[in-house]
Amino acid sequence: MDTTPQPDAPPPGDPGTFARIEEGEEFRGLRRSFRGFAFPLTAAFVAWYLLYVLLSGYAPGLMGATVAGHVNVALVMGLLQFATTFAIAWLYARHAARRLDPAAAALRGHAAGGTAAVPAPAASPSAAPQEGAAE
Amino acid sequence: MTAHAVTAPALLASAATQHRGLTVALFTVFVLVTLGITVWAGRQTRDATDFYAGGRSFTGFQNGLAISGDYMSAASFLGIAGAIALFGYDGFLYSVGFLVAWLVALLLVAEPLRNSGRYTMADVLAFRMRQRPVRTAAGISTIVVSVFYLLAQMVGAGSLVALLLGVTGDAPKQWTIVAVGALMVLYVTVGGMKGTTWVQIVKAVLLIAGTLLLTVLVLAKYHFNPSALLGAASEASGKGSAFLEPGLKYGATGTTKLDFLSLALALVLGTAGLPHILVRFYTVPTARAARTSVLWAIGIIGGFYLMTLALGFGAAALVGPDAIKASNPAGNTAAPLLAQELGGGAGSTGGAVLLAVISAVAFATILAVVAGLTLASSASFAHDLWANVVRRGRAGEKEEVGVARIAAVVIGAVAILLAIFADKLNAAALVALAFAVAASANLPTLLYSLFWKRFTTAGAVCSVYGGLAVSVLLVVFSPVVSGRPTSLVPGADFAWFPLENPGLVSIPAGFLLGWLGTLLSKETADPAKYAELEVRSLTGLGAH
Repeated sequence: MDTTPQPDAPPPGDPGTFARIEEGEEFRGLRRSFRGFAFPLTAAFVAWYLLYVLLSGYAPGLMGATVAGHVNVALVMGLLQFATTFAIAWLYARHAARRLDPAAAALRGHAAGGTAAVPAPAASPSAAPQEGAAE
Repeated sequence: MTAHAVTAPALLASAATQHRGLTVALFTVFVLVTLGITVWAGRQTRDATDFYAGGRSFTGFQNGLAISGDYMSAASFLGIAGAIALFGYDGFLYSVGFLVAWLVALLLVAEPLRNSGRYTMADVLAFRMRQRPVRTAAGISTIVVSVFYLLAQMVGAGSLVALLLGVTGDAPKQWTIVAVGALMVLYVTVGGMKGTTWVQIVKAVLLIAGTLLLTVLVLAKYHFNPSALLGAASEASGKGSAFLEPGLKYGATGTTKLDFLSLALALVLGTAGLPHILVRFYTVPTARAARTSVLWAIGIIGGFYLMTLALGFGAAALVGPDAIKASNPAGNTAAPLLAQELGGGAGSTGGAVLLAVISAVAFATILAVVAGLTLASSASFAHDLWANVVRRGRAGEKEEVGVARIAAVVIGAVAILLAIFADKLNAAALVALAFAVAASANLPTLLYSLFWKRFTTAGAVCSVYGGLAVSVLLVVFSPVVSGRPTSLVPGADFAWFPLENPGLVSIPAGFLLGWLGTLLSKETADPAKYAELEVRSLTGLGAH
């Protein structure tokens, strides 16, 4: 139904290009590397946060226990949430810089190189890759 | 200029309070500086990318500051410090949710969004779907979330001026709301995203500097021994060690505990679905810079919430709960009162100066947040509803930006009117509702779009409208609206949903409806479009 030009339609490259990239082992590796890191970590921090919330609501005895001076378990648990948030952010940044960024850059480079070497039959095959490479 | 319009009646009302002139002067300086920046940014705003995304020219650090400025509202500065001062540990529970939420944005949303979208949240939601139905749904949801949040800030601004300047009566409140509304419309229409971003950066720096100053002063009183501060706070609270444990605010009954669980879910899942936060990722050149901005934001926001602990417990220990409650029963003036106390107490010059500084920072905080909200909602109106749905992509860039400016004026005017005539609305409930809608309507659709290959247009429409409708309806039939003396309609009782926060039901409902809508629809997802979204979102290929 939407046949009129969309200002936000993706650059009119060869639609097969993306499918070819998606099926390639290189991209699959990048996806595995991203999902295998981000998904379990998300599940873990959400579970850890919910545990903290549930303990705060339903385990007042444990949370009120003294650790040292006026510092109790509740405060330590809350501060641990801060610490784990900072740690997960740092871990992800390191993973992304080591594994994801180089793989993404390589894929962009190959896409740009690929269209330059083997001109695709579509109308304006180079629009998307060039924009990507110019980044 | 506009600041004088607000404060003139206030000054006339009673000129006795020592700090008032200084607060007004400091705030006027902030307004003049930010208006100057706005005019400068307006001259640099030439095309739609400048207006919507600040030309994508900000660095990760700048954007991290701006995100913090957009996120740390007066509710978190004054509200959380006050909640800690009055309820001890339970006030801190908010901060934890507000911070942990950023991991959802970092791990799942920021980079794919930056890579595959252009100006709005709907760009990503509608990427692989039929444009019109999904853009309409996403545009409506963007505007609803932003306007709820905007109303909360403006109603809050009205009460804040009365508290901080010590004036009474409706007129100063209403003038404040009008002035805040006029300023935010000016920032947005003249400065676009560039101007708005700089306003947020300036505000973030001021807010952090102010909070840091108070934190150091508080800790210095206790020889930088946090345990001594905690001890003094629990003693002054009159509640003993219970003050340092969870339960004073949410632990009363089974219902309040569930209500807290519901709020916690909405806080942690809502942030990554707030449109005014999402559009900030478009202001940087690359996905990598979007990641850097979230990392900075996590550091800044985390540091800020840690400091609110010192502020809240410091206010409890040094000002005392009775004095705080006497000034404002909800505790919203705890931080300003603490500033006055740290400066030397009421009547001293130091106290007046510090109180004025912190009050001016609180006003600045509101302005930056409302500008971000107005920009996000007017951009979505122009880009999603007007250009893509009404004009079906035939509107030129000039027309689109023109419509966005008009939309900002209209949204500003509507927000001013609603905030003035609905000042009985509970600001905290409005913010909670905005987070619940963001978590129930926007986040499920965003995650399914990005990561679930089979997700379809019908699924997207179901999760957006379903999440939106369930959250709003549950609030309508909750004690927020009826059944209690403090409800919006105190005389009636049609509250069959016991919780004030709908998230516990509405968030699973949003995810479930998106899944059901996909399974039950006859259409199948377009694998080529998903391949394109996946490749673009992960590699940055073809990114705008």
